[in-house]
Amino acid sequence: MADAARDPQQDDTGLLELEDGEDLFPEPGPGPALEESGPASLTTEDLSTNANGPKQASLFDDDPDDLFAEATEEVSLDSPDRDVLLSDGPSPAITPMTPPTSVITPRIGHAHDDMFTHSSFDEIEEEDGGDSFDIHISVSDPEKVGDGMNAYMAYKVTTKTSMSLFKLREFSVRRRFSDFLGLHSKLASKYLHIGYIVPPAPEKSIVGMTKVKVGKEDQSSNEFVEKRRSALERYLMRTVKHPILLKDPDVLQFLESSELPRAVSTQALSSAGLLRMVNKAADAVNKMTIKMNESDAWFEEKQQHFENLDVQLRKLHASVESLVLHRKELSMNMASFAKSAAMLGNSEDHTALSRALSQLAEVEEKIDQLQQDQANADFYFLSELLGDYVRLITAVKGVFDQRMKTWQKWQDSQMMLQKKREAEAKLQFNNKPDKLQQAKDEIKEEIEELEMKVQQGERDFEQISKTIRKEVGRFEKERVKDFKSTVIQYLETLLQTQQQMIKYWEAFLPEAKAIS
Amino acid sequence: SSWFNWAKPVQLSREELTKKYIRSVSVDLNNDASLLIDIPDALCERDKVKFTVHTKTTLSSFQKPEFSVPRQHEDFIWLHDTLVETEDYAGLIIPPAPPKPDFEGPREKMHKLGEGEATMTKEEYTKMKQELEAEYLAVFKKTVQVHEIFLQRLSSHPILNKDRNFQIFLEYDQDLSVRRKNAKEMFGGFFKNMVKSADEVLISGVKEVDDFFEQEKTFLLDYYSKIKDSTAKAEKMTRSHKNIADDYIRISSLMYQQKITRILIYTHIVVTMSFVSLQKVEGRVASDQELKLTELLRYYMRDIQAAKDLLYRRARALADYENSNKALDKARLKSKDIPQAEEHQQQCLQKFDKLSESGKKELTSFKGRRVVAFRKNLIEMAELEIKHAKVRSSIQLYYICFIMCTNELQYAWGICKILCEQI
Repeated sequence: MADAARDPQQDDTGLLELEDGEDLFPEPGPGPALEESGPASLTTEDLSTNANGPKQASLFDDDPDDLFAEATEEVSLDSPDRDVLLSDGPSPAITPMTPPTSVITPRIGHAHDDMFTHSSFDEIEEEDGGDSFDIHISVSDPEKVGDGMNAYMAYKVTTKTSMSLFKLREFSVRRRFSDFLGLHSKLASKYLHIGYIVPPAPEKSIVGMTKVKVGKEDQSSNEFVEKRRSALERYLMRTVKHPILLKDPDVLQFLESSELPRAVSTQALSSAGLLRMVNKAADAVNKMTIKMNESDAWFEEKQQHFENLDVQLRKLHASVESLVLHRKELSMNMASFAKSAAMLGNSEDHTALSRALSQLAEVEEKIDQLQQDQANADFYFLSELLGDYVRLITAVKGVFDQRMKTWQKWQDSQMMLQKKREAEAKLQFNNKPDKLQQAKDEIKEEIEELEMKVQQGERDFEQISKTIRKEVGRFEKERVKDFKSTVIQYLETLLQTQQQMIKYWEAFLPEAKAIS
Repeated sequence: SSWFNWAKPVQLSREELTKKYIRSVSVDLNNDASLLIDIPDALCERDKVKFTVHTKTTLSSFQKPEFSVPRQHEDFIWLHDTLVETEDYAGLIIPPAPPKPDFEGPREKMHKLGEGEATMTKEEYTKMKQELEAEYLAVFKKTVQVHEIFLQRLSSHPILNKDRNFQIFLEYDQDLSVRRKNAKEMFGGFFKNMVKSADEVLISGVKEVDDFFEQEKTFLLDYYSKIKDSTAKAEKMTRSHKNIADDYIRISSLMYQQKITRILIYTHIVVTMSFVSLQKVEGRVASDQELKLTELLRYYMRDIQAAKDLLYRRARALADYENSNKALDKARLKSKDIPQAEEHQQQCLQKFDKLSESGKKELTSFKGRRVVAFRKNLIEMAELEIKHAKVRSSIQLYYICFIMCTNELQYAWGICKILCEQI
């Protein structure tokens, strides 16, 4: 692949330079694997931009500090960079953007709608041969089934698709949370050990569910159900976006069949659950003891990359959670101020001023509501996305671990083979000729078996390595798309908040001016 | 970022004071050319501020037509207290004393910065340091302004601007601290010695004959508690805005780190920039809102307290008058010391009437002042909110179009630069 082209030196300075062979937004081409293409393919059109290529180095300061600081300093309008912008040159393929009406009232739960509206541009770029990826899953209508501690939430899973894989174009089923966990468990057992990145299912929450079961119809339990519903939806979409997983019979059954055998082994406190925990612990110990001779720099680099990504995403996630919290606080403080301002307005004896103060109180109250909605957007778009990716990265790291295990297995077989060969050699010096032939035949059989095992091990290792390369490529691409579309949606919510704020303040202004 | 050093003294000049400087409480003062006062610069050392008080006057009562003196906060307090304790001014609303310079906020932040330095990224540290400097500067400017307003209130008051101590304050080119100590001994704080905590009870307990004062009393007592509450709530809002701005700093510096989004290169720049710009705007909102709304409320809270003090003094004078009546009756009954009692009663009545007359004038003009100030500041606040929201939304719109439409890194950089200019 593009090993040779990857320049490790770019780690520190290459912030703004693409790695050779890595295309941000790939050209229309077959398959999801990264194309080996030079930097020239970065832009789809203009040549003059390439002519500006050497200028790139000066435009982009290598020193991150400068970049950051520069951005916050005031730049004169006469800067040469701006001329580049204004010179008539490239007219990038602009999808005429009218704010998608589906987003004007951001319905958090329908984030997936917009993922497709926005990625339509990307879809044009990506023309997979054959059945183009067109499937749309939504999770909706949470309903409580049963009572007391045996109660559970059932969700409606609706699939809309034009793919020939499915019998119908639109269909829905009812599923409960443990069904989702069961699906994940089956997929993990089938695909993880051969190197496929299986999206993790949403996490269990005993506290959350207990509240729901007990029947508290309050704000926090509603929020919990909505959070879970949204997470389940994202989980399914990620799963079917995987070309291999999509075709898996368990997945198809999950989406299509009206009745699903109950997945019992997913219960947290079951024996199966305990077994899983034990296995996880064992794996962790094993990981520490496996010392793999990494001959492939790509894997070493990627593993490091994902380690870093993990750390950074967790930090980012924590910061976004802090933002959500502070925005909720702001909303509360605004509401409380609004009430206080209203009382002040009542107390004011100058009529016009009194009215203006009451209006101010109303504006602040409306804005407080906006801030609350914005906090939700912060949460659902950013925080949950980051949380999902923290879990996904864990799955990716798991896949790398599987490769190590595979390697270990191969090495173990090789060692066994070595031992048997040594034993065979030693047999020569065995002095019992009658038993010798029998022993020789036995060992020969064992050696043959082991040789096959070693070969299989090697093949498995090569196969998993190959699969992982593809998977990582696919994962990274998906990540870009995912972040991009989510960021767009998030910015759109911010935009909407701002525009509403403008309306409210503009309505207030004449009231303030009317004071005399 | 060059001048901030906690230990080093900082000079703030007129240019600094007027640069991008939003007057918090806009009051129409300093209009009378016969006596113009301002504070053109100040020196800040640690948290001690030395103000340069500059006077330009056509009045003959001053020795020179133009002069400057250095003053500390304690000098302002001395001036205020002497005015309050002057019996002749009992019927006036004495402008509230400027609050002590409060660098608690920046100091706290500095501690946080010092403690967190190890765990922060370089960019984050730099950003927070810039924020700290900005906050420090904001506190500094604010304190200069409230001290200036205090003096300008005095200079525009027809009676107070003739006060001898006021003139000394403006003119005396030596250190005032000696005078300050003497004053404490001389006056003995007759007003302060009275039990202030009972003032509301006393004021509300008075049987009011005069409708005007009856209304004013009811109004001011109620309004004071409401505005105090609003001020506190407004301050909380401002803190929340600041917290959000800090979060944006943290988020943008994390996103900035290339290791996160190696592949997401230009989108990541754009997103980073959007957060940076959001943070700047959010920070601005926090400071603008604080200045306009919070400071307005705070200022009038103090002013209303001063008006209440006037009512209190009048209430006391009324109580004195009623007592003198009782004493006169008693004297008449006993046929003893009648002339003294009569004279005393007359004095009390005169004092009370004088207070009532001047008090009425003062309270009426106070109301007018308050309405004008609120109007101006509410308008300015609304205009600022609109401006900020427009800037934010145009930024976001650009980013959205941008992310969706182009692949060009150079465009990214160009647009980012332009957008950051707008803040």
